[in-house]
Amino acid sequence: MRKLNFRRNPQAGQRLRRLALGKSGWRTPLALGGSALALSACNVTDFGMHTGATTQGHDIFSLYQTFIYMVIVVAIVTFGGLLYVLVRFGRKNGDKVPRQRHSNVKIEIVYTVIPAIIVAAIFFMSVGTENKVDAVSPNPSLNLTVTAFQWGWRFTYPNGVSIVSQGQNYPQMVLPEGETTKVKLVSKDVVHGFYVAAFDFSRYALPGVTNYFDLTPNKLGTFVGRCSQLCGLYHAEMLFSVRVVTPAQFTAWLNSQGKGATA
Amino acid sequence: MTIAEERSELAHEPEAGGHHGPTGIYKWLTSTDHKVIGKNYMYTSLVFLMIAGAMAMIIRAQLVQPDGHIVSQQMYNELFTIHGSIMLYLFAGPFAFGGFANFILPLQIGAPDMAFPRLNALSYWLYLTGGTTMLMGFFVTGGAAAFGWVSYAPLSSYTNSPGPGPDLWIVAIALTGFSGIFTAVNLVTTAFYLRAPGMTMFRMPIFTWNMVVTGILILIAFPILTAAMVMLYADRHLGTHFFTVAGGGSPVMWQNLFWFFGHPEVYILALPYFGIASEIFPVFAKKPIFGYKGLVFATLAIAGLSTGVWAHHMYTTGTVLLPFFAALSLLIAVPTGIKVFTWIGTLWGGNLQFKVPMLFALGFLVTFTMGGFSGVMLASPPFDFAVHDTYFVVAHFHQVLAGTAIFAGFAGFYYWYPKLTGRMMREGLGKLQFWIAFIAFNMTFIPQYLAGLRGMPRRIPVYLVTDHVTFLNQVSSVGAFLTGFSFLIWLLNLWISWRKPIAAGDNPWDGHTLEWATTSPPPHHNFTSLPPIRSQRPVWDQNHPEYADYNTEHDGTPKKEVETR
Repeated sequence: MRKLNFRRNPQAGQRLRRLALGKSGWRTPLALGGSALALSACNVTDFGMHTGATTQGHDIFSLYQTFIYMVIVVAIVTFGGLLYVLVRFGRKNGDKVPRQRHSNVKIEIVYTVIPAIIVAAIFFMSVGTENKVDAVSPNPSLNLTVTAFQWGWRFTYPNGVSIVSQGQNYPQMVLPEGETTKVKLVSKDVVHGFYVAAFDFSRYALPGVTNYFDLTPNKLGTFVGRCSQLCGLYHAEMLFSVRVVTPAQFTAWLNSQGKGATA
Repeated sequence: MTIAEERSELAHEPEAGGHHGPTGIYKWLTSTDHKVIGKNYMYTSLVFLMIAGAMAMIIRAQLVQPDGHIVSQQMYNELFTIHGSIMLYLFAGPFAFGGFANFILPLQIGAPDMAFPRLNALSYWLYLTGGTTMLMGFFVTGGAAAFGWVSYAPLSSYTNSPGPGPDLWIVAIALTGFSGIFTAVNLVTTAFYLRAPGMTMFRMPIFTWNMVVTGILILIAFPILTAAMVMLYADRHLGTHFFTVAGGGSPVMWQNLFWFFGHPEVYILALPYFGIASEIFPVFAKKPIFGYKGLVFATLAIAGLSTGVWAHHMYTTGTVLLPFFAALSLLIAVPTGIKVFTWIGTLWGGNLQFKVPMLFALGFLVTFTMGGFSGVMLASPPFDFAVHDTYFVVAHFHQVLAGTAIFAGFAGFYYWYPKLTGRMMREGLGKLQFWIAFIAFNMTFIPQYLAGLRGMPRRIPVYLVTDHVTFLNQVSSVGAFLTGFSFLIWLLNLWISWRKPIAAGDNPWDGHTLEWATTSPPPHHNFTSLPPIRSQRPVWDQNHPEYADYNTEHDGTPKKEVETR
C-alpha cells in the first residue's frame, strides 16, 4: 500500500474527503447525527451513541442506555447532595467552630451497601449482554476472514473472493442484512483494532491470536470502519467501509466478483 | 511538651536547630534534606507538566480541522506518546509522591527527615536523569518513541520502531521506575519507623496513610514494569523473543505485564491526590474527616483490588476471562464511592471556607466523580467493546487522572505553598485561575465523550468530515487552550508572591496536622518542639482545646468527663 503523508501527499486530504462525502455511494453512517452542531441536535434517548446496526451492537446500545439512566439517578443524588452541602453550609460564619462529628456508622454502612448493590446490578446486566454479544454461531450463513496489516485490510470470502486495500481506495466489506456472518480476525504484523462505530463494536486483531465474532447486520447502508488500536505511522488512514445489502443483492455481488478479482 | 530534652534546650536559642549548610545552587545540588528534595521534585515535575501541556496544545491545534496540517503524522505520534509518558511517569506521580510526600510526610508524623536521606537524593537524581533521557528522544535520528505510552508489542519491536528514540524511552522509564521504587521504600520506612511518640498508625493523617498505601503499591507494580522494560530492550537488541510470535513469544504477554503495572499505576497516581483532598476538606470545613477508619480501609481496599483488574484494559483482545475482571473492576467503585461520600460527609455540617485550596479540591471532587461514572461504565465488557480506544476512553482517563492531578494537585500546592516558602499566594488570582481551569477543563473533555461515542478513535491526527466530530473537536481545543491559559495565571501568581511576598506565618489555614506546628518554612530537621499527639489532629487540639478530639464523642458532642491537660 502506498505510504501516505499529508505533508508529502496533498492528495491524501482529498482522498479522505472523497471517502467522506460519498463519491461512490457513501451514505452518512450517522443518520441520527444530523448537523455538525451535534451536541444538541442528536436524538435525546440515544445519548450520543450509535443505536447499533447489528443485533449485537443494538444489545450493547441498550445496555448503554440503561447505564445512562442509572448514571443520571446517581449523579442527581451525588451532585445534588454536594450542591446542597455547599449552599447550606457555605454561608459566611466567620470562625465559628461547627459540631465536630467524626463518624456515623449507620450512614457509612448505607453508602457502602447501596453502591455495592448498584455495581452488582451492572455486573449481571453486563454478563447477560456479553453472553449474547460474544456468542459465536456454530452454523453461520457466511464465514469471512478479516486480515489486518500495516496499513490496510483484507476481507476474504469463502469462494476465494478477496477484497484488499489498494492504492487510492479503501476496501469495502459487503455483508448480507439479517444473516449472521462469522468473522475470523487475524493480524499479519502488529496489534490492530477492527472497529465499526455504527456496529458499536471493536475487537483487537492480534498477531499470534485468532479471534472469532458474529455480526448480524439489521440495517442497510454503508458504514465507516477503521483501525482503533495505534499500529504505527498511518494508523489514522487505515480505514475501510462496510456495505450492508439484502441477501439477494449479496449473492449477486459475490457471484459477480471473479475469483480473486480484486486481490 | 517536647519530644526530647535536648531539643527543648535548643528551642530557647534564636538559631534553633540552626543548620549552616550550603546555600543556593550548591544546596540544591547536594542536599539530602527532604524539604529541599521535595521542592526539587515539585518544581521539576511542574516544568515537565508545562512541557507536556505544550504538547497537548499542539495536539489540540492539529485536531481543530479534520485534516489538520500543524504537524506531520510521525511528529503527532511522537507528541502524544511523550505527552502521555511525561504526564504519567514524570508529572502526576513525581509531583505528588516525590514532591508533596517528600516535603509533607515527615512533617506530618513529626519526623526530622526521611529514613534514608541519601537514597532520597538518589531518587531525585535518577528521576531527573530519566526525564531528561526521555526528552532527548526528540533530538535523535528517527525522533522520539512513537508507539504510545503503553508501548504495545510488537509495534515497539526494533523492526517496527527502529532507532535510538524508543531505546531512550525504555531507559527513561527504567530510571524513573527505580526512582519511584527507592522513594517508596523510603516513605514506607519513614512512616513505619520515624513516627513521633503518640503518633500511632490510626492517628496518622489520611495524606500520610495514602502515601504509605501508594508506596506499597509501587513496590508491587513498578518492578513488573522495570522487568518488562528489560525484556523489551532484550527483544530489541539481544535477540530474545519474549514478545515476537515468530520466535515463539507472545505479544499479549506484553499487555499482561504492562497492565499488571499499569492499573495499580493508575491508583499510584490517584491515591496521593485523594490524600491531599482528604487534608483540605476537613481544614476548610473546620471539622475532622468524616469516617476516618472507613477511609483508611477504603484506601487499602482500592490498593488490593487494583492488583486484580489489569485485564480490563484487554477486554477486546478476546484472550481474557471477562466476568472475573469485570467483577473486580466494578467492585473498585465501592471503596471509591466511600471516599466520595466521606468527603461530602466531611463538608456536611461544616463551616465551609471557600479559599483557593478548597475550590481546587471541590473541582477535583466534581471532575473525578464524573470520570468515575464513565469508569464504572467502561468496566462493563460489552460497553467497552463499543468505545474501546475511542475518545470516550480519552475523556474518561483525563477526567479521572488529569482532573485529579491538576485540581487536587493545585489544591495541595496552594494549601502547602505557605509551608514550603513562608509566603502566601494571592487569593484573587488563585480564584481566577480555578474558575478558568475548571470551566475550560470540562469544556475540553466532555465533548470528547461524545466524539468517542460517535466513533472517533484515539491517537489519530486526521478524521473524517462525516464523523460529525469537527465541532466537538473545536470546542475541545478551545477548552484546552483556555486550560493552558489558566496555568499562565498561576505563573503570574507565583511571580507576584516571589517579588512582593506576604508572610504566611506558621499556620495560616488553622490546619490540623503537625506540619502546621512548625515554622514556615520549617527549620533544618523540622521541629524544635511538638504538641502532644493525642488524636489525628494534634495542632487542632492544641489550638481549640474546648473542641479537642480527645474530648469529643464520635458524633461531635463533648465527652461527659472532660479531660484537662
